[in-house]
Amino acid sequence: MKMADLIGADYRLLTVIYRLGIKLGFGEKTVEETCRESGVNCDTFLLIANVYATEGYVPTTEMMTAASAIDLVRYLHASHSYYLDHEIQDLSRIFEDLLRPCAPMQRDVIMRFFDGYREEVENHFAYEEDIVFPYVRSVAGGQRVEGYSMETFEENHNNIDEKLNDLRNIVMKYLPPVCDTVTAIKALSRLCTLEADLEKHTLIENSILIPMVNRLEGKCQ
Amino acid sequence: MSVTKKKILLITPSRIIARGITSILEEHGGFTVETVLTDLSRENEATVRDSMADIVIVDPIIFDFASRPAGRSRISDLTDAAVIAAPTAVTDDETIKSYDETISIYDTPAAVISKLRNSLAQSAGGPRTENREELSAREKEILVSVAQGMLNKEIADRFHISIYTVITHRKNITRKTGIKTVAGLTVYALLNNLIDPASVE
Repeated sequence: MKMADLIGADYRLLTVIYRLGIKLGFGEKTVEETCRESGVNCDTFLLIANVYATEGYVPTTEMMTAASAIDLVRYLHASHSYYLDHEIQDLSRIFEDLLRPCAPMQRDVIMRFFDGYREEVENHFAYEEDIVFPYVRSVAGGQRVEGYSMETFEENHNNIDEKLNDLRNIVMKYLPPVCDTVTAIKALSRLCTLEADLEKHTLIENSILIPMVNRLEGKCQ
Repeated sequence: MSVTKKKILLITPSRIIARGITSILEEHGGFTVETVLTDLSRENEATVRDSMADIVIVDPIIFDFASRPAGRSRISDLTDAAVIAAPTAVTDDETIKSYDETISIYDTPAAVISKLRNSLAQSAGGPRTENREELSAREKEILVSVAQGMLNKEIADRFHISIYTVITHRKNITRKTGIKTVAGLTVYALLNNLIDPASVE
């Protein structure tokens, strides 16, 4: 299948290829060729693409064995940077625009809530970057690390979607009437995109990363 | 987005099926079988009512032939959980349709998991018909207390109501406003002038 056809069928995959380090300009090349030329494990890409395309996707054991945990971690890491450096930055600017006409008290209250959300996301990602990903890399290299396991991650992998969901409701329902509607629409659509993408991100961690590493842990022993 | 495992309550007279389903779900990891019942006797009804199950999987054979079509609604009277049929005998289409999903004993583990997820998505969007609903005066008082950082117990004492009533109010506040976090409720309270900005730091 042509990469262009795949992206045409689901444009959200654009952010997926970006995070895997695949550049645009693939012309008529197939998915496999494009992946190979960018040094990306094609099976890993397909696993991620399936999570995006299929609601309630459950990967088969073969798919899971064929994909690379290292590539997956690289992808998740790139996603974190994408959220923090692009999405949340942009949102912060949009919110500043949006709230400019409000009374200082209203502006402060919403901005403080936004900052609280950003902080929560940063902490959540930092834990994965500092603890989980290094662990996965070493297990993928055949080395079991004492004192940590995927089970611990699974137990502690908490929700970060509640505040984002609240933020969306606040913008949609309770924004002071002085705010510009076009800016509010911009904020809302970015919030919705982020929310949906983060949901896929969590799904990739829970339904691919965790079982994949569980299997690798078994091999280490 | 939560990773907390979804709780399953199984009702089947077959030990083989109970163990089979349990083992598939444990392997997958996203679900955990909390309780296995063999029928829906009076005693067991109480177990279903008190369980915090997200999904009930039931073999409709536990209902005798005459009451089988009403089986699903008997379970719904006890719990808000999604209800999935796992029939081991031929069951008529109408009865099957009344369930959120149906799993066959020949389904692959992946198909079972995906049906379970489906049923959760469906029941989450459940049959709620309310439209125009403002917060009641009592709900506003409770929302203000939450925004001020009070705990459920403290709120119960302040208004002389039980802690369960506080929890019910809080659920209704979240349902109506769509806001789940305490910080979000504080924003709501401030934007709607329910509290003085000076009273929260």
